[in-house]
Amino acid sequence: MSAAVPPFERFYEAHRVEVFRFLGRRLGRQRAEDAFQETFLRALRAYPRLEHGEHLRAWVLTIASRIVLDDVRRSRPQDELPELPAEDVRPAFEELAPLTDDLPPKERAAVVLRYGYDLGYDEIGAAIGSSEAAARQAASAGVRRLRKEQQ
Amino acid sequence: MTPTISPELDERFRVAAAAAGLLDVAYDVLPDTPIGALLVGVTDRGVCRITFDPEPERELELLARLYGPRVLRSSRPVERLRLELDEYFEGRRRNFDVEPDVRVMPEFNRRVLAELAQVAYGSTTTYGALAVQVGHARAARAVGTVMNRNPVPIVLPCHRVVGSTGKLVGYGGGLHRKEQLLRLEGALL
Repeated sequence: MSAAVPPFERFYEAHRVEVFRFLGRRLGRQRAEDAFQETFLRALRAYPRLEHGEHLRAWVLTIASRIVLDDVRRSRPQDELPELPAEDVRPAFEELAPLTDDLPPKERAAVVLRYGYDLGYDEIGAAIGSSEAAARQAASAGVRRLRKEQQ
Repeated sequence: MTPTISPELDERFRVAAAAAGLLDVAYDVLPDTPIGALLVGVTDRGVCRITFDPEPERELELLARLYGPRVLRSSRPVERLRLELDEYFEGRRRNFDVEPDVRVMPEFNRRVLAELAQVAYGSTTTYGALAVQVGHARAARAVGTVMNRNPVPIVLPCHRVVGSTGKLVGYGGGLHRKEQLLRLEGALL
């Protein structure tokens, strides 16, 4: 049986510090404050549609990383970010989501966060409650499994 | 230095969440009213919860199950209720202007609670009399159960309902509180 979605207060208390740290590392404290509010407002909007309370850390960090990308995109002129795959990130996630449906949850989260959102393994580890090394292993195990399924 | 969440940032989110209309229930704990700590919850329709001696863990689960999972502590939405309760406890308010939200209760409970809402400040009625008023003269006991499950005591004044002999009988928040409220209203000397 999967865990029930907790009352939002519990979810917010459990993840607010980690989300703020994540945003602070990527955006600096000042911009992180706006991004923090936006992250949890988006989480609130989507919250009634959650079907279970698993992987909520990965979920909220995914929202936060999307907001980081939006913020970065907004704050830099278009021609200065040739290497930033901002335009591709949403589609990447949306393409990955159905493909990875059948993976074990941890591998799925690791694959989506790594290749859909370009998070580092340290952040992925934090999101799925594993070490950095375990996150790396989960992502590569997931990719191997996907390759096998494709054949 | 490790960044933490400043109280200002935390409060800003809680205010914004309520202002955006994204909450199923906004709640707060009033730690020191004259009758002890109260947890109060409001929806966009009104007051849905007042609990004596609250155990937040249990309360939040219950609120989430009844009204939806977006349950967040947020003081702004409960401010009006807090003010009205303050005035009531100070003897400056006889009727509440906040609306009760009892939509999750069964139909019979809602009918009894609607009658209960008519019982005036400083007066008392009996379980039997309320039963007659909802057309079930023999349902005094069932009315007692409805009182016991009243989700918004004080605002819906179940403390004004007593036994047929005038004995206070029972109260979800404990008899001492029932007595205290009736004394406050001058219904007990």
